[in-house]
Amino acid sequence: MEIFGFLGEALSAQNLMFALLGVIGGTVIGALPGLSATMAIAVMVPFTFALDPASGLIMLGAIYTGAIYGGAFAAILVNTPGTPSAIATTFDGYPMARRGDGDLAVTIATIASVTGGLVGGILLLTLSPVLAQVALRFGSTEYFWLAVLGLTLIAVLSEGNLVKGLMGACLGLLLSMVGVAVVGGDVRFTFGQRELLGGVGIIPALIGLYCIPVLIDMVARPGQHLEAPAAGRGFRLAEAMGIAIRDGWNLLRSSVIGTVVGILPGAGGSIASLVAYSEARRTARNQEEYGKGASGGLLSTESANNATVGGGFIPTLVLGIPGTPPDAVILGALLVQGIRTGPALFETQGQIVYTFIFGLLIATALMLPVGLLIGRYAFRFIVATPKALLVPLIAFMTVLGSFAVHNHPNDVVVMVAMGILGWLLNRAGYGPSPIVLGLVLGQIAEQGFVRAWMIGGARGDFLGQLIINRPISWAIVALILVTVCLPLVKSIRNRRAEGIRR
Amino acid sequence: MHIRFTASAAGLVALAFGLATTPAAAFPDQPINYIIPFDPGGESDVSARFQQPYFSKIAGQDLIIQYLPGAGGASAWSGLNDYEGDGYTIMGTNLPHIILQPLLQDPGYETDDIVNVYIFHYTPDALIVAADSPHETLEDFLAAANEAPGAMTVSGSGTNSANDVANQLFENETGAVLTYIPYPGTAPSITALLGGEVDAAWGYTTVAAGQGDQVRTLAVAMEERHSLFPDVPTFRELGYEIVGGAYRGIAVPASTPEETRQELSRLIGEINADPDFIQQMEEAGFALIDVPYDEAADWMEERKAFYGEIAEQLGAGR
Repeated sequence: MEIFGFLGEALSAQNLMFALLGVIGGTVIGALPGLSATMAIAVMVPFTFALDPASGLIMLGAIYTGAIYGGAFAAILVNTPGTPSAIATTFDGYPMARRGDGDLAVTIATIASVTGGLVGGILLLTLSPVLAQVALRFGSTEYFWLAVLGLTLIAVLSEGNLVKGLMGACLGLLLSMVGVAVVGGDVRFTFGQRELLGGVGIIPALIGLYCIPVLIDMVARPGQHLEAPAAGRGFRLAEAMGIAIRDGWNLLRSSVIGTVVGILPGAGGSIASLVAYSEARRTARNQEEYGKGASGGLLSTESANNATVGGGFIPTLVLGIPGTPPDAVILGALLVQGIRTGPALFETQGQIVYTFIFGLLIATALMLPVGLLIGRYAFRFIVATPKALLVPLIAFMTVLGSFAVHNHPNDVVVMVAMGILGWLLNRAGYGPSPIVLGLVLGQIAEQGFVRAWMIGGARGDFLGQLIINRPISWAIVALILVTVCLPLVKSIRNRRAEGIRR
Repeated sequence: MHIRFTASAAGLVALAFGLATTPAAAFPDQPINYIIPFDPGGESDVSARFQQPYFSKIAGQDLIIQYLPGAGGASAWSGLNDYEGDGYTIMGTNLPHIILQPLLQDPGYETDDIVNVYIFHYTPDALIVAADSPHETLEDFLAAANEAPGAMTVSGSGTNSANDVANQLFENETGAVLTYIPYPGTAPSITALLGGEVDAAWGYTTVAAGQGDQVRTLAVAMEERHSLFPDVPTFRELGYEIVGGAYRGIAVPASTPEETRQELSRLIGEINADPDFIQQMEEAGFALIDVPYDEAADWMEERKAFYGEIAEQLGAGR
């Protein structure tokens, strides 16, 4: 098998070193909210021009996968997604940390990320040309329904207080409309502030809504931020492995969901992990524990978001269409090196491509030892550092992180404003997640719907464009109905059962 | 943070080097920050990356690329004149953006606030269909479009963007009525084309170059055919006066002294004349043009008049 020759090449000392360096750097950058994989890769691109293309690509891919994984640390330990991909990781990761299982949560996230990354990478290696077609079958209509599916998660997240959840989501949807509309070019809700023309940034909003309330809470509440673990507990690797194996089906399904969503340009890790989470919760036996520290939720989100890395490279390499923003940077780097992507790439540049894919798989595997070590250090640090030091440090990082998005102080203002808003709303019983879901998914839903409307209008068949002639949409709509109706049916049945008992 | 670090590291190297050779070197004697007002990975970034090594070679100093995305470039351009005008901060500019934005919104700058020292290339508009499209030529496409006005859908990146302008210009010249469908970027726009959601796409020659055999380019908006696509006619050959695309230049803060502007213009012009650079750019689908500092103001006036008319039509159409 010729392909395994490339495996040997990927295993050369030089390539291993770049993979290791990339994973370490990426994990650290991902763990710091605001410092994104896109920026890290863009900074490293000029250095890769001095390397041979495969080594350069391996390092960029390693940074990327490391950064997506690193986002979990901040999500678990301080309830702040380090990257947008880790939004859903806060749902169960932080509650786990709060009950004293932060170390276990980090280890579970590591196992899930490695598994997801490997599944995505193996699918990239084996099924790229076939799977690339998925990207093409997904039209505006499907993006609209996919975003609606993501929004149904609000019903799940705000169980017991649906009205507040829906109000939060509406606020998020309104926030998503601020700025110049992509379709139509209207200027909306800027109130004459030109700083708002670009809209409310997702990353500053994430940092503000999630992190500031935690910071205020840390100051207001006596005692340590997280419980110190019993001495000599180690990584709890065996325990985490056991959990992952018992929940293997969830892990595999979430990885496949992540890969498929990753293939879709414009969807990305946040949607992948939300959809995977929703599916994991729907099928779980311990549904009521989800959102309160269920390991299954953590497994699903972390495997899904790392699977998007391999998935995103599928359209990038096969179609020349970047699946995610970091893919766009890597595609640009390929272009500058004179490498043409497209259907012929695997034949004409097979050596580079296969070496790169193997390198990416190796980098993903390296996340296990690297992640466990960095994770343990991060956990110990957060646990051992006194609050008087931890709070200003995290506060500093929130400012730095929101500034780094666009190198612009506007985003810091947005972050602080959202933080104060988030804290006030939290006190009134409105959680941050419905707002963030509205913000992240609003644009996708709106644009998808309006485009389907325009295209349907041009062809004189709007309903056909929106649903009737779109089999993939049928499947997504079916999932939406199941997600929304099943809890209703269940609660009605429960109420009836109670009534009979009485 | 990392950018700053590399900047200072490169600066140290430059300092050591400078001490070893001439103590009072002419401009530039330290690395130059090159701000791209968009996310990395786009055409602005790629063309800057192509310039980077030639700049080091010709000017003896590094060009350090930074990104300041936001509001379609407006965040960066509205802050351009706040930088020190010492020649060590330069910024990429894009047309029609810097003309249309002040006409259609209040982006925080005026077109005339921006001092361009060189317009160095453009990505010519290209009308692209999928390889399996029934429209073999522009005539086929127009015949189909005229059969059912408005039923033909064409994707592009953004509203009031270069693609939107190209579509408007095409409608003006040919009399066809198309339905322009805006996407949030070139990648989703081309995905929609390949997936058959739209009938055609407005892109650039760079897009056509990136997609290879998956697409067929019906015509390009150039004066002469692009070296990369010898078989693709220009609109002009087919009888339509459409020449243009997204132009990219380099600007400096307004406080930059005259001789520094001239010197930067000369350096960029020299890169533009390098045969290796020309070859790399053309192979990626770019088309080079030379509008040095002395001609930039007149050229901008001409473009302002041109886009002003289109902006009125775009505004009126909505």
